[in-house]
Amino acid sequence: MATIPADDLRIIERFGPHSSTMTGARLSTSAEPERLVKTHCCFCGQQCGVQLKVRDNEVIGFEPWEEFPFNRGMLCPKGVKRYLQGAHPDRLTTAVRRDPASAHGFSPLAYDDAIAKVASEIARIQATYGTSAMGVLSGASLTTEKTYLMGKFARVCLRTPFIDYNGRLCMVSAGAANKKAFGIDRTTNPWSDMVGTEVIWVAGSNVAECSPITTNYVWQAREQGARIIVQDPRITPVARTCDLYLPVKPGRDAALFAGVLHLMIEHDWLDHEFIDTFTVGFDEIASYCRQWTPAKTAEVSGVPERSIRQAAEWWGTARTSFLFHARGIEHHSNGVQNALGTINLVLATGRIGKPKSGYGTITGQANGQGGREHGQKCDQLPGWRDIVNPEHRQYIAGIWGIDEKDLPGPGVDAYELFRKIDTGEIKGLLSICFNPKVSLPDSAFITRCLEKLEFYVAIDFFLNDTAWHADVVLPGSLQEEDEGTVTQVEGRVIKINKAIDCPGDARQDWRIIQDLARALGRGHGFTFTEPREIFDELRRASKGGVADYSGITYEKIERQMGVFWPCYSEDPETGRVVDHAGTPRLFERGSYNPVAKGKGPFYFPDGKARFNVAEYRPPVDDADGEYPLFLTTGRVVSHFLSGTQTRRIGPLVNQYPEPRIEMHPRLAGKLGIRDGEWATAETRRGAITLRAMVVTTIRPDTIFIPYHWPREKSPNRLTIAAQDPISKIPQYKVCGCRVRKAAGEPAYAATLEPQQ
Amino acid sequence: MAKPDYLHFFIDPNRCIGCQACVQACTECETHRGESMIHLEYVDRAHSVQTVPVVCMHCEQPTCAEVCPADAIKRTGDGVVQSARKPRCIACGNCVIACPFGVPELYEDRQIMMKCDMCYDRSSVGKKPMCAAVCPSQALFFGTREQIEQLRPMSTPVNRFQFGRQTISTRVFMMMPRELAARRPYVDVTAAMDDRPRERAIVLTQVGADDPFADVKV
Repeated sequence: MATIPADDLRIIERFGPHSSTMTGARLSTSAEPERLVKTHCCFCGQQCGVQLKVRDNEVIGFEPWEEFPFNRGMLCPKGVKRYLQGAHPDRLTTAVRRDPASAHGFSPLAYDDAIAKVASEIARIQATYGTSAMGVLSGASLTTEKTYLMGKFARVCLRTPFIDYNGRLCMVSAGAANKKAFGIDRTTNPWSDMVGTEVIWVAGSNVAECSPITTNYVWQAREQGARIIVQDPRITPVARTCDLYLPVKPGRDAALFAGVLHLMIEHDWLDHEFIDTFTVGFDEIASYCRQWTPAKTAEVSGVPERSIRQAAEWWGTARTSFLFHARGIEHHSNGVQNALGTINLVLATGRIGKPKSGYGTITGQANGQGGREHGQKCDQLPGWRDIVNPEHRQYIAGIWGIDEKDLPGPGVDAYELFRKIDTGEIKGLLSICFNPKVSLPDSAFITRCLEKLEFYVAIDFFLNDTAWHADVVLPGSLQEEDEGTVTQVEGRVIKINKAIDCPGDARQDWRIIQDLARALGRGHGFTFTEPREIFDELRRASKGGVADYSGITYEKIERQMGVFWPCYSEDPETGRVVDHAGTPRLFERGSYNPVAKGKGPFYFPDGKARFNVAEYRPPVDDADGEYPLFLTTGRVVSHFLSGTQTRRIGPLVNQYPEPRIEMHPRLAGKLGIRDGEWATAETRRGAITLRAMVVTTIRPDTIFIPYHWPREKSPNRLTIAAQDPISKIPQYKVCGCRVRKAAGEPAYAATLEPQQ
Repeated sequence: MAKPDYLHFFIDPNRCIGCQACVQACTECETHRGESMIHLEYVDRAHSVQTVPVVCMHCEQPTCAEVCPADAIKRTGDGVVQSARKPRCIACGNCVIACPFGVPELYEDRQIMMKCDMCYDRSSVGKKPMCAAVCPSQALFFGTREQIEQLRPMSTPVNRFQFGRQTISTRVFMMMPRELAARRPYVDVTAAMDDRPRERAIVLTQVGADDPFADVKV
């Protein structure tokens, strides 16, 4: 039974989100901490170093950690206020079970009873419908140790192929493109390489709001003379002062890249020696780009022809460059093609694998990189191994002490997993670190699926919006209550250190998973006593894979302030045991990797990178006569993902309380909507009513809505579940939409606080 | 203890991304007790995402102190203009009206003016003020002259501001494009507020100035 057990307001009254402010010891900014714990922020993929002030088992504030090399003390507002998520009135300190008879829909449950109930329900479902009737959804904000354990738990304990993770909405387009082009999936250079480069191309990345620390690298590069090109339908804070702004029409990125490459070929702004020696496939892409004349590119992409020519000239004639992209070009049903389009621009110039020249994809979540490497993806095993590769299966089965035949095959992506719930193939669900009701597109469909589940168990520290549908919620841990590693945006493996103990019955997530495995009678392989032991097994499991962590230790991370993978315990060339420092920069000329075995710097047997035809395809559900506008969605700086944490932190709520519909005054004028008035945005899937924000910093044919809020305030009621055919990423960044002035304020305005 | 004289505060609004990390971090400084002593303003959000962090400029001859009838605002020997002294402040708001930079804010509920003191408990022991320590764009920078010259070759620190006939020198520096500072090493604020662009001494660089969406049809 997975319908919501009580009225929304009753659940909110008890479980929030309530907006928490400084109280108790945290109000007194002069309270002396007992100790400072060097660790990292719990939010985005930048993973800024920070020192948490700890007193009486509570995080009471922070001190900048100026020695950590990536951010040198810098933090965004989320990093500053992150500590307020602890000691929160909404915190789950016991397990709870669905209880429609109770005042707030859920009642407390003793931890052991909760584990026993969950185990018996999983056993019942699997006995009745088969092991594959259980699905698992995991997340990339977890430590790498936990993501590894989740993959192992699904395959070894539950014996289901159906595990996937919320990186499916984040890094998969970039990952798939990297795999196709380079044979390895990681940003190629440390960010410090950006400073001193001649051109930086920011493709679909609102750096200032989604990865603020990267801004200083960009500005520092500009101080050294770099030109900044920004491609975005909105004039974001980094676009405001950039040298060239490309106001691309949502969903037309691949056309723009093809048009730029067309001009580079025409003017022979190419590195022929690099193309001949280190790549394959150039002729095919040259042939594809021939049709993308500047005039046609301008017409399709919405970028003026003179700007396309300027971009091609600057990019084509530079000696050093850095290109990075993020969800802006990746959240598309053409996301992999878009990402490949950028890679083609990089490879055509040969400006990769060198100091001051690189390519990167900005990770969204804390462990957006590590979380996509060690086996919680539906088609993957640890070490970036492939679940259908017989050798890979054999190796991992050996590490896990199981027969290879008992290792399930590939599952399906997170959205397809919901479709399998819809069709009745999957009856039970376990989720951790994932709030799909807010974060997946077309949330009416997701709600319908959740209501069909026979049994749903969620692990979380707050009752997130999806967990309202749960039969049991197990009280998990905050980031500061556990230790482990994550891999940040540059590919640098870093260490999260424990600051405080879990309150009440809350448990570190890996202990909960192991308790479940034992209660299911399949505890073998789930007897780790600390994260370090999980990491040691992960090191062995990743050894010989492309994402090789075998040479990384907690001590080495601390000593070096991070270790860039691949980091080998044995030199892949000589087989000798080595003390390898890691690999800050990929693809350097003459470098050796275990796939190419010396034949070249890229991770294919011939050592060469691949050009891939990056074809433009119009978006699914494109703007048309009936729905004439483009809807695009994204983030604001003070909130993170589905807002489970940030919508509970008072100062972050106050900074941006509620979502607004951003629109251009020309559009607003035509619709008769003024700044601050209520407006209704509608697509083929639904409608929501929010206040309008009328600004000239957005394309007049496009509206923008940030997605951190649930239910009546969620633009994912509007977005479409169209997915990229390769990466399966949803098309969040564009769909046809229409807007009208609302008749009056929506009903929720009178009953809900802004963050609810 | 005093702020070491080789450490300076520099502001570059060109870099500002409006994230409010400075405002949020200001509340965390020990003596600020959960209140922010600074603010961040959009210049004209309807037309630009340009924002400006408003920290105290710490004037050589602080107008706020000069107009204070209660002598509540003190400038310490190291050039830091302190927030109003609680026993003296009468919350008259003279300083709020008089400050040419719009820095002080009156807290009616507590009957006191509070403003940026450069995190005196931190800066006086050589630590960065909270805002400059965290600022992700380093629009707020705290360090030495040598560091800023090495890190910011495109701009020059300027600390002279012209408001009509009043010239103000400040301890805090504003970064100005190098060629502009070479011609006129001060900011003529009155001229900058003039809406005739030719007269402007400073230009807010922005892409939107020539409407990149001119051709887009609705």
